[in-house]
Amino acid sequence: MTQAQETIVLRGHIIDSLILAKVLDLILMMGGSFDLEQVEIGRTREDQSHARIVVRAQTPATLNHILHAIQPHGAVVERDSDCAVQPAPADGVFPDEFYSTTHLPTEVRLNETWVDVEGVEMDLGIAVNMQHRTARTVPMADVRKGDLIVTGQAGVRVMPLQRPRERDVFAFMESKVSAERPHGHVIADIARRMRLLRDQHRAGGARSKVLLAGGPAIIHAGGRDALTWLIEEGFIQVLFCGNALAAHDMEADLYGTSLGYALTVGHAVPHGHAHHLRTINRIRAIGSIRTAVESGVIKSGIMATCIRAGVHVVMAGTIRDDGPLPGVITDSMQAQAAMREAIPGAGLALLVASTLHAVATGNLLPAAVPTVCVDINASVPTKLADRGSFQAVGLVMDAASFLGELSRHLGRDV
Amino acid sequence: MNRLLVCPPDYFAIEYEINPWMRRANIVDHDRAIAQWHGLMEVLEQKMGAKLERMRPVPGLPDLVFTANAGVVVERQAVVSRFRYPERQREEAHFEQWFRSAGYEVVTFDQEFFFEGAGDLLGFPGYWFGGYRQRSEVRAFSLLSEHFAREILPLELVDGRFYHLDTCLCPLSGGELLYYPPAFDSYGQNAVMERVDKDRRLVVPESEALKFACNAVCVGTHVALPEACPVTMHMLQERGYQVHPVPLDEFMKSGGSAKCLTLALD
Repeated sequence: MTQAQETIVLRGHIIDSLILAKVLDLILMMGGSFDLEQVEIGRTREDQSHARIVVRAQTPATLNHILHAIQPHGAVVERDSDCAVQPAPADGVFPDEFYSTTHLPTEVRLNETWVDVEGVEMDLGIAVNMQHRTARTVPMADVRKGDLIVTGQAGVRVMPLQRPRERDVFAFMESKVSAERPHGHVIADIARRMRLLRDQHRAGGARSKVLLAGGPAIIHAGGRDALTWLIEEGFIQVLFCGNALAAHDMEADLYGTSLGYALTVGHAVPHGHAHHLRTINRIRAIGSIRTAVESGVIKSGIMATCIRAGVHVVMAGTIRDDGPLPGVITDSMQAQAAMREAIPGAGLALLVASTLHAVATGNLLPAAVPTVCVDINASVPTKLADRGSFQAVGLVMDAASFLGELSRHLGRDV
Repeated sequence: MNRLLVCPPDYFAIEYEINPWMRRANIVDHDRAIAQWHGLMEVLEQKMGAKLERMRPVPGLPDLVFTANAGVVVERQAVVSRFRYPERQREEAHFEQWFRSAGYEVVTFDQEFFFEGAGDLLGFPGYWFGGYRQRSEVRAFSLLSEHFAREILPLELVDGRFYHLDTCLCPLSGGELLYYPPAFDSYGQNAVMERVDKDRRLVVPESEALKFACNAVCVGTHVALPEACPVTMHMLQERGYQVHPVPLDEFMKSGGSAKCLTLALD
């Protein structure tokens, strides 16, 4: 995913002499790309100008070829320094100047060698192990006193995402959120990718898992069957949800209602308001969702299929939860850690009908994971994008329609 | 700009080949070379009003005669050349010694790059051009520009026959620029066109560029240039210059002509 890159500096009267233009043209002509990190133009004719350019190429050989070609024009490879580190002053506290991560692939320079940072995720620190020359992201809460944490910007480099080769909706990863855009081709692209990922997953391929983070509106809106089918058919490997989605899914199985509304006839049933509580109570009595499924109490639906299909489920609690169901993680830091643990290997993320889970999952995902955010409310995908998950494709539509159409594209006969 | 450093061609010969013009088989007619050099000196001193400073030739340094490559002089400061080829590196100490003995402050830089003096750095009072790639390194101009607080526009030399900037570009006292565009790449050509008005650009035809018509010495309204360059002469005369063609073909065997044989001292 990461390309070869080197930062070069060009100094002199590089503007009027067109030396800068020539160097940039050379980089492009030789198959490289560049980012003009900094250009300072001399204020008077006598003042020199100064440009700092990140040169990138697909392979180290191409990069060397380019560097070789631009050096005669004055391009000097910037001598990078190792990253600076400071010990964490206390448990759960970073040093003041800690480097805050992005969700893009990142490298740090240790003992003159660039090392990949493991566990790419935004808004974390980077802990380094000098002895083993490794670096990995670390959440603030997990840092321990004395851990060596990267500080400042020197010796840290962030790689831009390479465009995926497929010419689908993900090829130009940028958050476009619009209710007016036709959804059909976007969903067809998602389906195509899911089919591919399922094949890869079955073949043991890396980064082939599909993660779905969903809210209870999936059940209310009538998307339960479609999602169940997707899980059954092996299209989903990880499910992030809360207490409510699981409760309403199993309520539907036990009572045919979702929050007391009959799913098939669409009106409240007598005493239906208590169905989800009775469901939660029942599962609590049994001890776990797994036991409820395996003992035949819960026969069908999303949770039952997840158990049978071996889907990795993380249920994160919130402050307004009833119960909660056994297995719901009520310590939000623990829930975050459990979600973080389930992320590696994800090749696609579907964030459906849940503001909290969508944003939480978005924060945990590396930018390299194509992400689709589906919500009836445009503010959710917008919020996700505003918080930095620029790779998310936003679909403003109802969860049931999305899941229904997606499953049809994947061969569900309805 | 009428004091020039020159070096008599007592030991001028072709003893090595470091540019496309040099062929060791192409023997220099020594007497003729001496006569041509003196002919040029006579024009410079007597017709053009230049004052000549003669440095002592050194046996075994055949190219010391090309004083344009001694370095570059700005007021009382001199930057001595750092030659690309070892054959000419032995000249550096002699040029440096001359600058010191003549009372110049010799400027040195922490970083060293190939830089072949006024052969690759020439221009107008407000800005200079720097020729690079063949002999001088472009980064030398950044140091020089900073030191002298002068704008230097680097131009890449793309034709090995025009291996120094002064073989294909000559700024004139009236603001005109005599030059041969194909010696530069398109970026250099465009940079020149952006900087010098069309009516001040005097484009030398290829046939005369190959006779080093651009390797001319301009002192006031006088221009000395190699003979047999009628188009260039005509262009210069039209602009009001008094033109002095000088036979210098013995020096062309070594890839040098009028300008290469002189260094402007102030």
